[in-house]
Amino acid sequence: MQYWIVLGATSGMARPFLRRLAIDGAALILAGRDMEELDALAKDCHLRGAPKVEVIPFDIRDDAAFPALVQKLAAVEGVLNLACFVGAMPEQSAIDADPALIDAVVTDNFTGPAKFLTLLAPVLEARGEGTIIGVGSVAGDRGRVGNYVYGAAKAGFATYLSGLRNRLGRKGVHVMTVKPGPVDTRMTAGKKLPFMASPETVAEDIMGGIARGANVVYTAKIWYFLMAVIRAIPEPIFKKLSI
Amino acid sequence: MTPPPPEYYGWGRALRARGPIHRPQNLRALDMLAPAFGMRRSYGDAALNSQGPALDMSGLDRFLDFDPATGTLTLEAGARIGEVAASFAPRGWIPAVMPGTGFATLGGCIAQDVHGKNHHHAGSFGTHVSEITLRQAGGEVIVTPGTALFQATVGGLGQTGVITRAKLRLAPCAGDLMVVTERRARNWAEHLAFLDGSQASYTVGWIDATATGSSLGRGIIEEAEFGRGLSRDRKHITRVPMDAPHFALSAPVVRAFNAAYYRRVPAAGRTVLKSMTDFFFPLDRIHDWNRLYGRRGFHQFQCVVPLAAAEALRAMLTRIANSGLASPLAVLKRMGTGRAGYLSFPMEGYTLAVDFPNRAAARDLIRALEIDTAAAGGRLYFAKDALAEGARIRAMYPELALWQQEVAKADPTRAFETDLVRRLNLRSA
Repeated sequence: MQYWIVLGATSGMARPFLRRLAIDGAALILAGRDMEELDALAKDCHLRGAPKVEVIPFDIRDDAAFPALVQKLAAVEGVLNLACFVGAMPEQSAIDADPALIDAVVTDNFTGPAKFLTLLAPVLEARGEGTIIGVGSVAGDRGRVGNYVYGAAKAGFATYLSGLRNRLGRKGVHVMTVKPGPVDTRMTAGKKLPFMASPETVAEDIMGGIARGANVVYTAKIWYFLMAVIRAIPEPIFKKLSI
Repeated sequence: MTPPPPEYYGWGRALRARGPIHRPQNLRALDMLAPAFGMRRSYGDAALNSQGPALDMSGLDRFLDFDPATGTLTLEAGARIGEVAASFAPRGWIPAVMPGTGFATLGGCIAQDVHGKNHHHAGSFGTHVSEITLRQAGGEVIVTPGTALFQATVGGLGQTGVITRAKLRLAPCAGDLMVVTERRARNWAEHLAFLDGSQASYTVGWIDATATGSSLGRGIIEEAEFGRGLSRDRKHITRVPMDAPHFALSAPVVRAFNAAYYRRVPAAGRTVLKSMTDFFFPLDRIHDWNRLYGRRGFHQFQCVVPLAAAEALRAMLTRIANSGLASPLAVLKRMGTGRAGYLSFPMEGYTLAVDFPNRAAARDLIRALEIDTAAAGGRLYFAKDALAEGARIRAMYPELALWQQEVAKADPTRAFETDLVRRLNLRSA
């Protein structure tokens, strides 16, 4: 049986992905902060076909609680997989006004998930199978004036995942980095953003990436090409652009 | 700096509205009262409010509870009917009534009292709803069948309150596969004879609305039953990436397409296996197919006329065929009597639905068809309408006064009025 532990399970982006897993008959462990929301989500996933669904209170900033959860996961029978949807994106202007926010952004988007994955890595290494999905962002591909602290944290996470893929790939564990462009969720509510993807599209692209063993998946797919262009712009020109 | 409120539209994209949209992700976040919509699969303005905010309920889409003893499924209002079918058919349960798109939400199916390809047996969607939870100004109200409020809510265009959740009685099914028999009907008389004689659980006729003369009314009858087996969904999803140019659905293109589509089925007929999704929701694999009609959008005309008025319907089809304006999407069905609300569309008779690009000639044609429908003692469908004249369509609904009475009690401040309700002046006597 496929087991999926999903960190940040109540995020808008995770919901359709969880339902795909449920219909495929995977057992789920949903981790997040909002227990009422998690319970409703668990019931929903169970009714949609997940044979077992468990909920776990989980806060990415509370790394003292990580070892106990990893220990619990180590005991799971079946193929253990993880997806991390944890993240937060305060306005750049809020960060400019209060630099202390940078610590939180880096914890939520990079060091928190990285600490958890570092603890989990030996478990998967020993099992020699399983998949890790880490959700980054196209914002991590280039420092843009609008959100470069968030982007820096996501860039750090992407580099971490690249190294983890290098380490675990040779042991049969698939590590996949997902880089969404703007996704139509609470995080982006009220903003008009280009090439917005629906969470359903993100789920579809993640499932496709899992099936073909992709390393890095851009979603919506057009961001693969857009970011190739944006990465190729020389810095002397890029620094004058507001894209 | 606040950006201007977004523009949004019905499925036909011909009618549009601008206004703030609130999209709660759970019931706790539903903190205001406004007209509610789901996936906006109604073609006209049933889901639009250009005079204030609207509630997008598509995020309130969770399955809440299932009782296998009775097959009763409790759902949040934004749950998609297609997702219910995909989850439960492999376990032997299916929504007893499913509209032509799986993207329709529970709340929308109730508010339009939709019907499916089995209307002649199963009745309308609302006849399978055993409880509705409404959010009104005074708080939550639970509505059950047999009450006036239930009859005003089912098919009630959202005017009695925001539908937040409901209980749906599922029907047992053999599996998630359809055994489909397709037959050619060479003309109108044969088409009606097939529909009248069909004993199948699901029956629908595709009609070539461009064929004239001795071929008038030709089409393909599909009859289907649930089955069990191993055929899987075709997973591939196509998306229409941009608005198509106007000639994409011009008369010669449509005529050629329809002729090929008709000949696709051998003259002797055939029986094929289809996935449940392909049979019930054939167009759902092409996302945003409404963009094929270009920026100006399109209209769907749908009427139902009594059995005795079949001849009048044939005259209407003649009018359509001679106009050369029809698109390939045209459907003929025989309906039964089942309906659950004061403003429910179904009546025993024949229903015809035809899509037209949004052009002046098509709008004139639809107005003429509206007059024909009224003369035939028939009825137009609020889920499709974008053009009707208020007094004429109101006269097609004999229980309108009963509905108005309940709605006046349920929503005295008119907080739930939509563009459609205002355009057709439905709430004023």
